[in-house]
Amino acid sequence: MDPARKRQLRLVTLLTVALLLAGALVYTSFSAATEQRTPSQVLAAGDDQTYDLGGTVVAGSVRREGDVLAFELRDPDGTAKLPVRYTGVVPDPFREGREVIVTGKLQDGTFVAEKDSLVTKCPSKFESDRETAGSGG
Amino acid sequence: MAWLGSACLFAGLLTALYAAAASLWGARSGEWRWVASGRRAIFALAGLLAVAFAVLEAAYLRSDFSFALVAQNSSEATPAFYKLTAMWSSQEGSLLLWVFLLSLYASTVLLLVRRRLREIVPYAQAVLAVVAAFFLGLVVFAEPPFATLASPPADGNGLQPLLRHPAMMIHPPMLYLGYVGFSVPFAFAIGALASRRTGADWIQATRRFSLAAWSFLGFGIMLGALWSYTELGWGGYWAWDPVENAALMPWLVGTAFIHSVMIQEKRGMLRVWNVSLIIGTFVLSLLGTFLVRSGILDSIHAFGASTLGGPFLAFIVAVLAGSAALVVSRLGDLRSQARLDSLLSREAVFLANNLVLVGLCFVVFWGTFFPLISEAIGGEEASVGPPWFSRYTTPLALVLVALTGIGPVFAWRRATWASLRRALVPPLALTAVALAVMLALTPAAESVPSLVMFSLVAFVLGVVAQEYWRGVRARRVMAGEPWPVALVALVGRNRRRYGGYIVHAGIALALLGVAASSAFVEQRDARLVPGQSTTVGDYTITYREPIARVLDDRSGTGAPLTLGARLEVEKDGERFVVEPSRNYYGASRPDPQAPLRSFFDGEATSEVDVRWGLLRDFWIAAVPDLQTLEEPIREGDERFASLGSDVGGLLVAALAERFANTASPVTVRALVSPMVAWIWIGGLVAVLGAVIALWPAGRRPLGGVYAARVGRELREFARA
Repeated sequence: MDPARKRQLRLVTLLTVALLLAGALVYTSFSAATEQRTPSQVLAAGDDQTYDLGGTVVAGSVRREGDVLAFELRDPDGTAKLPVRYTGVVPDPFREGREVIVTGKLQDGTFVAEKDSLVTKCPSKFESDRETAGSGG
Repeated sequence: MAWLGSACLFAGLLTALYAAAASLWGARSGEWRWVASGRRAIFALAGLLAVAFAVLEAAYLRSDFSFALVAQNSSEATPAFYKLTAMWSSQEGSLLLWVFLLSLYASTVLLLVRRRLREIVPYAQAVLAVVAAFFLGLVVFAEPPFATLASPPADGNGLQPLLRHPAMMIHPPMLYLGYVGFSVPFAFAIGALASRRTGADWIQATRRFSLAAWSFLGFGIMLGALWSYTELGWGGYWAWDPVENAALMPWLVGTAFIHSVMIQEKRGMLRVWNVSLIIGTFVLSLLGTFLVRSGILDSIHAFGASTLGGPFLAFIVAVLAGSAALVVSRLGDLRSQARLDSLLSREAVFLANNLVLVGLCFVVFWGTFFPLISEAIGGEEASVGPPWFSRYTTPLALVLVALTGIGPVFAWRRATWASLRRALVPPLALTAVALAVMLALTPAAESVPSLVMFSLVAFVLGVVAQEYWRGVRARRVMAGEPWPVALVALVGRNRRRYGGYIVHAGIALALLGVAASSAFVEQRDARLVPGQSTTVGDYTITYREPIARVLDDRSGTGAPLTLGARLEVEKDGERFVVEPSRNYYGASRPDPQAPLRSFFDGEATSEVDVRWGLLRDFWIAAVPDLQTLEEPIREGDERFASLGSDVGGLLVAALAERFANTASPVTVRALVSPMVAWIWIGGLVAVLGAVIALWPAGRRPLGGVYAARVGRELREFARA
């Protein structure tokens, strides 16, 4: 085979492999992803699929029951509420009134969160306190 | 003094615009004095920004709360170190830091090349000035760092407690030194394109800047991981969080860049690829700066909606579109001077390394932006978790380490099988021995990817050792030097090459730590009352007693109250005591009706206790259970709320004593994490290697022109 043709063949092979890999990546990202929902959406769906539940921690709802942290989440701009049971590390910024995300699924009307899945967001209200912010990391 | 700072920024904006205009005019008209004037304007800009920076730092040190920024994130009680570094915890302050660093980098590089690269420099100078002008525009019009308060508060909010950690305060400037540093090679790449001088000159002139930026960024990423490990109380160091990813992406593409430019220097190949890589690195650096600030992605670092989204996005799109258009218009000037001779060559290995690094960056990019992508495509916001990232990054990282090992063994242009065999046998033998030892003596076989990684790390270290050994032996034979002299001379004569090998060894060691700790970590979460025990790995942990300290925080963050636990840890008859605790900082706006309740509901951070070790870390965090204090807190609030804050301090002290004297339960998380320390050690080794590689070479015995003439004559001689 002449060198130019060989190079071309190599390039085409390489590009094909890269495209296939990228395709696999894109495909799996859709099947591996968890969808983010608000409490009202999870309640409305009522299924036992795994979701990222995002909402505001209801004031006065946080209780510790041994290892379990129990609290309620409500829609950031609504009133629908969902009780959550969570175990694992509670991030330092977790507070009543702040926005958090937990991953888990609905079981008998309670959202049972996976261990260590709690993530705290810093909502704009927190930012207006002007005590947050940091340069990343 | 705030007026002085504002004046400097405004004057700086005008100076940067002037520098851009003068440089471009100089380039167009060919009048060098305009270019020189533009360069002096950039020096002046560095001076102006140094004054602005000093004014703001002085305000922090003096706790001048008439500066809005100082009132927001500093306070009288903030320790001096954190006062000095509080500036970059605010958006305004970090933008000022960005542009200040840019002016310093730009001044340094322009000083170094002032008599060279006369075609490229004017455009590069203009690019640097435009980037500076953009950031100055932000601090002048959108996010002024010198805003003042008409009625200054008596005390400031204080620095966000989570950020009161030494690593966290050095980490932002390191990241920024990386992000900003890449603007130098970027500017020179654009200069090279604009002036059609697309040889390797722009690469050589900015080589040290690229390498320095790469090292700073890598070091910054490592400090961020260290902070996560020792401050966040979950025990990990990497979570594929958007902000971590934002710093990793330019680092990955930057790594590809500093490798592939060597092919252009040696062989005149890959010109389009190299300018594309540096454009990508710079755009990803801008994106990194922006992501942290934008709040468009959910993250523990998300800082709420910012006003900067629009301008930043517009700038990024403009940079990307402008650069792409320039590359396309210069394709004719970017043709390769050579072709890949063989797949068995250093060039081919570097190409493969580039593809893997860019692939890694693509994986990280896709995963990071997946919430936005999925919302755009399907209308549903969804995210991918760490397992998805690991599925792709683990194999890619393994391939990358393998390439790191074989790269130095392959000769440029074409390697022969015989030479490969000679060079590969000793390191492969070492790998086999390491593999056998691991299989016989350790549980490494339980995790196949880790086992492969360990073996590849042994291979990389073997190759690096062999390269050193061969070089030293050659010098001993040729120059008759004793081996320490030969070693120093070897590294000194080719710092770039032998420094680079040390970087390889450092990265390999760091990945060894990552592989070992992620596959073999043992974890225990337990709720204990005094006297109770639990185990993690071979360690038995016994909770002895609660501890409480008032105004005596051992980690120097200035926390008023520390509650924790004293636990005794025993392993194989060896005993030690750990004291993980939690710092309470109080609420920034206490509820006057319930001051005690709001104190305990205020900001609090984990202070973990770590026994560092080369083989394993013992890591423990504790969350004290405040249930025993519930009753006294309510009672205290009812009876003493009206008495004001003076009594509040005494009450907190009394509650602390009560906590220490009752059998308060505690929730602990204990980890036995093997070889984590090697991540930090490897990072430091890599930085050391980078310092060697970019250490300025001494005066060359030959002038450049003379050397070029000799070279040309030699070539002609050889041809004849």
